[in-house]
Amino acid sequence: MSRIIATAAIKGAHKYVAEAEAKLVEAVESKGAGHRLEFPNTAFNLPLILALTGIKVKTLEEAWEPLRIARNLLPPVPTDRMWLPYLGAALDAGTATLMAQEIIEALRYANGAPHNGIYLGFTDDAILRTQGIKLVDGRMPGFAACVGAMPTTEAAVKLARELQERNILVFLASSTNGRSMAEQLAEAGVEMSWDTYLVPYGKDTSAAVLALNFAARAAMTFGGIAPGDLARGRQILLYNKERVFAFVLALGEVDDEKYATAAGAINFGFPVIADTDIPQILPTGICTYEHVVSNVPHDRMVAKAVEVRGLKLKITKIPIPVSYSAAFEGERVRKEQLHVEFGRQVSPAFEFLRGRELHEVEDGRIEVVGPDMDTVEPGGVMPLGILIDVAGRKLQKDFEPILERQIHRLINGAMGVMHIGQRDMPWIRVSKDAVAAGFRLRHFGEILHAKYLEEFPALVDKVAVTIYSEPDQILRIIEEARKVWDERDARVAGMTDETVDVFYSCTLCQSYAPNHVCVISPERLGLCGAYNWLDGKASYEINSAGPNQPIEKGACLDANLGMYEGINAFVYNKTNKTVDQVSLYSMIHSPMTSCGCFECIMGLVPEANGVIIVNREFSGMTPLGMTFSTLAGLVGGGIQTPGFLGVGRLYMASRKFIPADGGLQRLVWMPKELKDALREKLDIRAKDIGDEGFVDKIADETVATTVEELLAHLERVGHPALRMPALL
Amino acid sequence: MSDTVQQRDRTDPASVEMRERAKTEGIATIWDRYAALGSQCRVGELGICCTICHLGPCNLGLPGSKRPQIGVCGANIDTVAARRLARDMAAGSAAHSDHGRSVAQLLLMTARGQAPGYSIKGEGKLRALAVELGVALVGRSAAEIAEEVAQVCLAQFGQQDGELAFVHRAPAKQQEIWRKLGVVPRGVDREIVDVMHRTNMGVDTDYQSLIMGGIRSALADGWGGSMVATDLQDVLFGTPTPVRAQVNLGVLRADQVNVLVHGHEPMLAEAIVDAAADPALLERAKELGASGINVAGICCTANEVLMRRGVPIAGNFLQQELAMITGAVDAFLVDVQCIMPGLVEAASCFHSEIIATSEKARIPGTRHMPFHEDRAAASAREIVGRAVENFARRDRSRVVIPDHKMDVVAGFTTESITYMLGGTFRGGWRPLNDAIISGRIRGVVGVVGCDSPKHIQDQCHLDLVTELLRHDVLVVQTGCSAIACGKVGLLQPEAAFKYAGKGLQEICETVGIPPALHAGSCVDNSRILTACIEMVKEGGIGRDFSELPVAAAAPGWWSEKAITIGFYAVASGILTVLGSSLNILGSDAVTRFVTGEIEGVTGGRFAFESDPVKGARLIVAHLNKKREALKLRPMMYEVVPVGA
Repeated sequence: MSRIIATAAIKGAHKYVAEAEAKLVEAVESKGAGHRLEFPNTAFNLPLILALTGIKVKTLEEAWEPLRIARNLLPPVPTDRMWLPYLGAALDAGTATLMAQEIIEALRYANGAPHNGIYLGFTDDAILRTQGIKLVDGRMPGFAACVGAMPTTEAAVKLARELQERNILVFLASSTNGRSMAEQLAEAGVEMSWDTYLVPYGKDTSAAVLALNFAARAAMTFGGIAPGDLARGRQILLYNKERVFAFVLALGEVDDEKYATAAGAINFGFPVIADTDIPQILPTGICTYEHVVSNVPHDRMVAKAVEVRGLKLKITKIPIPVSYSAAFEGERVRKEQLHVEFGRQVSPAFEFLRGRELHEVEDGRIEVVGPDMDTVEPGGVMPLGILIDVAGRKLQKDFEPILERQIHRLINGAMGVMHIGQRDMPWIRVSKDAVAAGFRLRHFGEILHAKYLEEFPALVDKVAVTIYSEPDQILRIIEEARKVWDERDARVAGMTDETVDVFYSCTLCQSYAPNHVCVISPERLGLCGAYNWLDGKASYEINSAGPNQPIEKGACLDANLGMYEGINAFVYNKTNKTVDQVSLYSMIHSPMTSCGCFECIMGLVPEANGVIIVNREFSGMTPLGMTFSTLAGLVGGGIQTPGFLGVGRLYMASRKFIPADGGLQRLVWMPKELKDALREKLDIRAKDIGDEGFVDKIADETVATTVEELLAHLERVGHPALRMPALL
Repeated sequence: MSDTVQQRDRTDPASVEMRERAKTEGIATIWDRYAALGSQCRVGELGICCTICHLGPCNLGLPGSKRPQIGVCGANIDTVAARRLARDMAAGSAAHSDHGRSVAQLLLMTARGQAPGYSIKGEGKLRALAVELGVALVGRSAAEIAEEVAQVCLAQFGQQDGELAFVHRAPAKQQEIWRKLGVVPRGVDREIVDVMHRTNMGVDTDYQSLIMGGIRSALADGWGGSMVATDLQDVLFGTPTPVRAQVNLGVLRADQVNVLVHGHEPMLAEAIVDAAADPALLERAKELGASGINVAGICCTANEVLMRRGVPIAGNFLQQELAMITGAVDAFLVDVQCIMPGLVEAASCFHSEIIATSEKARIPGTRHMPFHEDRAAASAREIVGRAVENFARRDRSRVVIPDHKMDVVAGFTTESITYMLGGTFRGGWRPLNDAIISGRIRGVVGVVGCDSPKHIQDQCHLDLVTELLRHDVLVVQTGCSAIACGKVGLLQPEAAFKYAGKGLQEICETVGIPPALHAGSCVDNSRILTACIEMVKEGGIGRDFSELPVAAAAPGWWSEKAITIGFYAVASGILTVLGSSLNILGSDAVTRFVTGEIEGVTGGRFAFESDPVKGARLIVAHLNKKREALKLRPMMYEVVPVGA
């Protein structure tokens, strides 16, 4: 019952605020009101109080104001019957608790009695800068605040190791029955420091606030949220909810003080996983998922916490015996190298991904049904079925085909493996070298498991793979899968700019380009190359208040320019009323703004009646007389610069590549590396527009780095841009 | 009437007791008058009698009957029914909106220091409103801000062109629909006049155009007059927060002076509550043998002071005479709306004095003591003083107070819900939207409106609400419907465990709320609109009201005001289920339009269903349809049959 938790938390909060008041009175009496009250080496005063209230406490005297706020936040304890709503009240009790605890912890320093021995106490700003960034940028998947103690030293070590293995930062505080987990680890000789990701703060429950004031500083430092009023405090808390994947592990009995602290943590969106049978709070809202999950066995605690907080663990190395890299994607396995091949009309084969409920999928389960590939003679043929079950809280039916389409790319990354086709027509070859190195059927599963989790963390929480090599089973599943594929085809048939009603916005970069809005359509991906229309849709599904919002196209104002009433209105509002119209299909007439993340920059070359495109990786000179970085300074920052445009690489291969300005045939120059990388796609597009061989007419740095050289080349190859209507 | 029917008629035990007493004492009540009238006017019910001009009255025949279906002027049944309906809407809008005007005027007087005894208790809300209305804040005192806010709000009534300010609160898509239909209200009074004009003989005869005209006046209520009333009352008297109180006739005290406040406006009642704490009056009460002064309410005035002050509620509309029949009421104050003239007869049987306090409402047989805001405290003391003196005349041997009262938790507003769902720092609607998305809560339904002697007392509300709760629907209530549910304990947090489905139960338990939330008086239906706005803003469950899994119901409605509320809900995109049909069934076209075709226009429609359980299931099916359209998860604890 949540009321039990609310009651305990509110009682605990009352105790903490009274304790802080008493200790403050005592300190003022012995040290004087003007005595300094601070943590060592921080520019954030008492960081949590600063974050929530904007108050900069520097002296004992100045601590009265936040304590007064804390006392005002204290709600009455819920009654046993006819209670009044207590969720908001309990959360307020939580913030009051944290403010009181921070004063209590700071008073240790004022009183000259900081944490010592195995305990490290307050984390200073220097460590925050080196370690905190990892939490925010995802290098560390999150942090665990372990509160209390495990039943045995061995269990404590096991839990610590499990967390360490996952790169999860571990903060230790509080105790249970006089024992703390930090003491247990110390007893077992486990090294505890920032280097080992095991950070013991203190033995009191109030020391847990040091983990939260670390989180608050992360938001102020890396989130760039300046503290001030209540609204800023809210933003700092929400930043933590969205970006810092922390959780509380409540180990052993949970008393009022721990409940009060937990209520504070929940304000940050940090849920509580308990090993004891305390009441649960399962509905979501303050945290992303459940708030309190209890009675979790010790061996399942970390897995449960990962699930409840939505931590995305990175599998750094895919456990397969051959190299894996995007560089192997285009690799062919020729007949003479061939050990075994699957599909290609000579054996039944399929690959099928389906979404399941969370409880139906055991993450990491890889099963092989039938003989393995080393049972055939080199050059042999086998049937193959790859059935992938994925589950995710945010997974929707619409995302299944998108995920399934990735199989080709993901499997191709393994050295010695070639993959072509999809669904019931895959053609997969595995080389003799790969099989000799130990590559087997289950490794298809390993690759898919690791890569799905890595690349689609927002959608996929669990992946299980079953590999079949018996024809009967395969034929049976293909029959089922075909029905599903037919349904999917019907759903996504012909998704073009014209066939959808909404495009998606991306305002992810408004933190530094406040007037920039990306408009992402099915045929024009975001300029950073990271977001296509479906990603926008998925992102909106995941966080409907996030940076990707659906924009109703509204009435079409100019089909040629790709200008829509709804898009204009949205852009106008979201660019702080600086951009009143935007065309999706032109780089000259009201082009889209650019933030700064563009993969490529396009620029107009009036002399050539065409445009050049240069990618971020290319450091040389362009015929415009400017390098990428000079151009970037010109284009970025959220302003419309007619004649220049930041775009994603794949945009070039789109049907909607600047059609208003003449389309692909305007492209007169691009770096060779970029041309090679996109060659296949560009060739297809060139064929579509009836200009096969066009790609070879595009100049690159090997033939031209000046306008003169460029013009000479264009004349020589008969580039169509020269014959097109004048651009300007 | 047979005994069995009488048994079925009487569910609330407090009311049963008082009705028995009325019978014994020979005092007529609403039920007796209803029975005495026998069958009611069928022609009026079908909406086929036109009394608008003196070419008539034209009592038309139903299609298929031998009587002509065309009036003397040539108006057909559709015109006649639609004109009646539009006038009903305008009348309801006038009542609510005039209430809003009084509040705005009081705020203006308060700001100018002309209403001593009143102050601005909701400064936070005042500032928020000022920002919304474009009133400057910087360097101005609360009084200065309030003066301009009051003026801007008053201007909403007389405005001739443009759009009402609060219309802009609605989701953009909804506003667009209204603009396309030409129903965005220009000024509150203007739209009411417009309806009165267009329904004149020989003006508008197109039934759709008439209904749209009526809708414009209804929107001027929901997104105008009522919002002004609610918001400015919050500014003056404070925005309600959750509060405990008691409901039903048992709240009357045998040992105290009982002052009942009945009607709709809180201005007087607030002053009365203050005056009841006046030491001199308390002293005098003691001298006369009373242990204190007990203020309790009936109807929406009661809801207003319940929400803000925790003042107990003696009963809803149907209980006004029954309260009198306890013999324990020393003063019965009435202001405006829903005051039965029949009260006078009941009062005449006891020492009770009815004091009519509104200049608008003079009621023969009552004492008329107009309440003046400029001397509110003195007025209120005078009135309470009369009550105290009247206590001396009370015949204690004739006092019978039913021993039935129920605890309730009330005080749910858009603001207090925002707080309760996340506290000072994390307040917001995400937990509610999440609960809907995850399938714990199926949707949110406003169950509101009157209670009628045509149904078993209170029962339609109780049956509808319990059926909804069982299906994990969070219920929001106002008006007499809220009081009905309060009387049986549905407004208690514990009710979740008894009545709610498992998913809803989890949410109630997490937040600490009753499964049915009391949001205030009938003008406070505007709070339900602002709550829907918050749900849209929070995202994930629809971009306008018509996409949200929400609905409204008024199972026991009878007032013109209910028609107006129903129409502004329907025009705002909300399915509205009425427990009895509008008086339009004589016209197929009008009936088809408001129960069907209008959905394609505004996104909402009416449904008429007299069986409350069927009404609830109809709503559940509607919510399911909306959930499906939004691709929300299936209900969390509902076993979906295989192959379904």
